[in-house]
Amino acid sequence: MKHTYHQNLKCKIQVSTSYGDFQLNNNIQLINNKILSGERLSKEDGINLFKINDIYALGNLANNVKKKKTGDYVFFNVNLHINLTNVCVSRCKFCAFSRDKNDKDAYSMTADEAVRRAIDSLPLGITEVHIVSGLHPDLPFEYYVDIISRLKEKMPKIHIQAFTAVEIDYFSQISGRSIKDVLIILKNAGLGSMPGGGAEIFNSKVREKVCPKKASGEKWLEVMETAHTLGLRSNATLLYGHLESDEEIIDHLISLRNLQDKTDGFQAFIPLPFHPKNTEFENTHKRPGAFENLKMYMIARLMLDNFDHIKSFWIMVGLDIAQLSLNFGVDDLDGTVVEEKITHSAGAETEQYISKQELISLIRETGHTPVERDTLYNVIKIYKE
Amino acid sequence: MINYRKILNNILMGKRLDKKDALTLYQEAPLPELGDTANQISGRFNKTGFSTFVIDRNINYTNICQTQCKFCAFYRKTDSPDAYVLSSEEILRKVEEAYNAGATQIMLQGGLNPDLPFDYYIDILKKIKSKFRIYIHSFSPPEIIHFTKISNFSIPMVLNKLKDAGLDSIPGGGAEILVDHVRKTISPKKISGTEWLGVMEQAHNAGFKTTATMMMGSVENFGDRIMHMEFIRSLQDKTSGFRAFIPWTFQPGFTELGGTKNSRYDYLKTLAISRLFLDNIINIQGSWVTQGKDIGQLSLWFGANDLGSIMLEENVVKAAGTSYQITRNEIIQLIRDASKIPAERNTEYNIIKIFN
Repeated sequence: MKHTYHQNLKCKIQVSTSYGDFQLNNNIQLINNKILSGERLSKEDGINLFKINDIYALGNLANNVKKKKTGDYVFFNVNLHINLTNVCVSRCKFCAFSRDKNDKDAYSMTADEAVRRAIDSLPLGITEVHIVSGLHPDLPFEYYVDIISRLKEKMPKIHIQAFTAVEIDYFSQISGRSIKDVLIILKNAGLGSMPGGGAEIFNSKVREKVCPKKASGEKWLEVMETAHTLGLRSNATLLYGHLESDEEIIDHLISLRNLQDKTDGFQAFIPLPFHPKNTEFENTHKRPGAFENLKMYMIARLMLDNFDHIKSFWIMVGLDIAQLSLNFGVDDLDGTVVEEKITHSAGAETEQYISKQELISLIRETGHTPVERDTLYNVIKIYKE
Repeated sequence: MINYRKILNNILMGKRLDKKDALTLYQEAPLPELGDTANQISGRFNKTGFSTFVIDRNINYTNICQTQCKFCAFYRKTDSPDAYVLSSEEILRKVEEAYNAGATQIMLQGGLNPDLPFDYYIDILKKIKSKFRIYIHSFSPPEIIHFTKISNFSIPMVLNKLKDAGLDSIPGGGAEILVDHVRKTISPKKISGTEWLGVMEQAHNAGFKTTATMMMGSVENFGDRIMHMEFIRSLQDKTSGFRAFIPWTFQPGFTELGGTKNSRYDYLKTLAISRLFLDNIINIQGSWVTQGKDIGQLSLWFGANDLGSIMLEENVVKAAGTSYQITRNEIIQLIRDASKIPAERNTEYNIIKIFN
């Protein structure tokens, strides 16, 4: 009986291939050739990527691109997240964070509270304050400008990454100023860069179903283009796992890629899996699983050839998948986020805080070199073994 | 060629992995390359390509245990206020519930309770078998040794009596790490590695099929894990009695040993290497119970072809603060989402139903 199965292996090298497999292998080969020769992937290629279910075939392609962009570095930063208010007029259907003004658990921070929270976090070694909030019906534009200027005044060395494109568009409406003017005022007050939230999915039909009151995809892109032109860099996101199709995801990525060609203002792309708990979709949708999340990272890495960084927001996917994603195309783990409320309202069971030491050791475990960065990807410290 | 690549290629060509090369893989091979190879090898063992699961109930008949392992949060002393022993009526009720819910397998596992006579176990087996057509996969080697002590029968006699009473197969629990210096630290009062292997050998000789487990992430190093797998592989060469290998991770919550969990990353790495090392065991089980659904799902790409049981009841891991629950539909969806084909199996790994 000794070695029976073992010996069977030797005569089982050939693999049966159906036509479907053949077509798929062919697609992988074509895509591989394009990537090797530096050729851009088309929309059709992108849709084909979704059909490749071998995570190692995809992972190998994505990992090669990652290595060309950032070598064996994996970036992280130390930041504080502040959500100024959960009151929001937009009330997107996929959101579990937002509240109406009169809801019992509605809250808004005063400028003093926001500034104090940031100051309290300074001893943690933060280099960035990250602010994203609801669209509050009553707070004036001056409230936001005031917070930025006071933060800048109290902590001039800390980078302020704040306000999604959707918030900027909202500020333009409530203040009666142009998007450009809003951005200039905020920049002058101390805004350093912008997060990539609010992009959700650009396709207007899907957007109408999941976030009808939110700024359109075109508007989001317009705000980002204006910001980039003014020298404000930003990130970009995608919310997936709700009503969108593969094609709509690829269209979304191509829109980002086109704008990036024009402005070169995007730093990182962050795919965000939809968390349905406590939302309208709770009973009809489930959270995308580990396999889908890994696949999304790889597809993003392959399509977005002009983005330097693909970031895993570990708060949403969990530390385990975030760590694993580092071998599948991802090069950035976001920060040692100190406080986060939006994803956790939607039932995220992930930790809310991770220490720098933990982050470093989990990056090392994957065979990468941890690099602490500032918001603009300047290297603060390389953690060699 | 880079060393680890050569080793992986050799495995794909059918060469048996030795301990030294296994260590090199652990230290040098990137996870995707390990996983890719393990996934290919897994495909060769499982020509149907199904990712399987079984529906069972794990009935812990008592939590009173003399062994009091330091990694265990489940056991109680006899005089503890929450110590319990289930009566045969209670056990039969649980079996009935499980049977009605579609379970095909019953596991009876419990502490080594000094006050229960051997007849208690024989009686339960007989009663279950007389009422239900259900497979009984029960009593791991530490329990078997305990039975020899309380009954004064030899191991083969205990095994035969259990078999006559209705026991169908034996689970691989209690193996932990079969290296004695590790056992001395984490479970000094438990049977030795040699005893565990001895029970399994005698069980295989008595016609029982069994599984083998490994608990990683306590105080052992990777060399100990490989030694553990080597013990199991050698016995399997001799008996071919192991149906599956089931690695899982130490759950430190509420245990004397305490400490932190080893990472999911380390789990996947070890899982993949176990698929490569154990070239004579057909099935490797992924552990969603200790790893959660996400990593449980991915285990199917890192060498596992089976997700074990959806467990209508589980108490031991839960006692250590880890609780994941899954329904039949959820596990089917989980497997499908990983682009694998789900199938329900029985204890013998025969396919009962394919969910195409």
